Amino acid sequence: MAAELHVELVAADRSVWSGEATLVIARTTSGDIGVMPGHQPLLGVLESGPVTIRTSEGATVVAAVHGGFISFADDKLSLLAEICELADEIDAQRAERALERAKTDSDAAAERRAEVRLRAVSVR
Amino acid sequence: MGAQLRVYKRRIKSVTATKKITKAMEMIAASRVVKAQRKVQASTPYATELTRAVTAVATGANDKHPLTTEAENPSRAAVLLLSSDRGLAGAFNSNAIKAAEKLIAKLEGEGRAVDIYVVGRRGVAHFNFRERKLSDTWTGFTDEPTYADAKKVAAPLIEAIEKDTAEGGVDELHIIYTEFVSMMTQTAVEARLLPLSLDEVAKEAGEPDTLRPLYDFEPSAEDVLDALLPRYVESRIYNALLQSAASKHAATRRAMKSATDNAGDLINNLSRLANAARQAEITQEISEIVGGTAALADATAGSDK
Repeated sequence: MAAELHVELVAADRSVWSGEATLVIARTTSGDIGVMPGHQPLLGVLESGPVTIRTSEGATVVAAVHGGFISFADDKLSLLAEICELADEIDAQRAERALERAKTDSDAAAERRAEVRLRAVSVR
Repeated sequence: MGAQLRVYKRRIKSVTATKKITKAMEMIAASRVVKAQRKVQASTPYATELTRAVTAVATGANDKHPLTTEAENPSRAAVLLLSSDRGLAGAFNSNAIKAAEKLIAKLEGEGRAVDIYVVGRRGVAHFNFRERKLSDTWTGFTDEPTYADAKKVAAPLIEAIEKDTAEGGVDELHIIYTEFVSMMTQTAVEARLLPLSLDEVAKEAGEPDTLRPLYDFEPSAEDVLDALLPRYVESRIYNALLQSAASKHAATRRAMKSATDNAGDLINNLSRLANAARQAEITQEISEIVGGTAALADATAGSDK
């Protein structure tokens, strides 16, 4: 049996996804990081960006994460995010509209949020 | 219909209308309690994971962070009171306010200046009426708080604690909220959010005193802690807001239930009085008729002679 790690992807107000995975890629403030089973204990600050989870069934789960933390110990990985959405939940058209609106309003935070969403959708 | 009976009938009608309203409010509150409880549960995984992370960093890194070290001479404290926007919840607000007043008096007794922050219209009204200075207030979301609301509340508090005391910053942050113990029991509790007491945090996380893994911090322990602690405060405030909301709905439900019960009793008593009044009226009418016929009979008997 291939080694697996247990992933909990939680947002502030709900649990978004949990399950077994073989690889998790997330973007920390100092660059992208890939975590596989047996990684050394890690605690990092996440940037806004897509998180890719390769599940043990071979499927890929992508989520847009807006700030948060990654913590890994004993083959248990938790991704904590204030706002977090699975790519399947994201409405690409709505995100595009939000991006345009943010650009015209020059709202940097909203623009970045919309961009991250779109990127998550495109990775999928 | 006699005047007495009419008065009773009118009161029964008005109490019945009130009873219908309180019954409806009771049922609304009951459904909201369930919803609020579900939200408390949904927010638990995030809070647990965050608490675990905070414990890990704070014990792993021997940094002196302003949010984890106790000031030697704390001279200023912030108190955050969570009350509700609407009343009709029994002693819910007065209990929370009483607990806040007690804590403020205690802190002031220890020689600290106290900055008061209030969530909810009831608490704001209480302090405004007494012309006490409030540092900041928030209203309008106490029934269904969102995480964004918690962030809004937490922002000035975190800012205040990061500032130097000499420039108007605070050394301590206390929070008063109503803990949701069960549908029947909600208690006003006070807790010190900051500076963090690690033993308590570890206890909350429910972890025995085992050896914690030696974490690799990305980018550095200090940066992680810097980013982590504000989130921790936000999540604690969010949890407190949700618990207060659930408690408020439970208190409303109970208050409205007893109001409905009282209205039922009142209707019973009034119906009895109304029945007695009707009975008395009938008796009177009968005696009037009997008296009238007797008088008539006497009169005719007299004319016969």
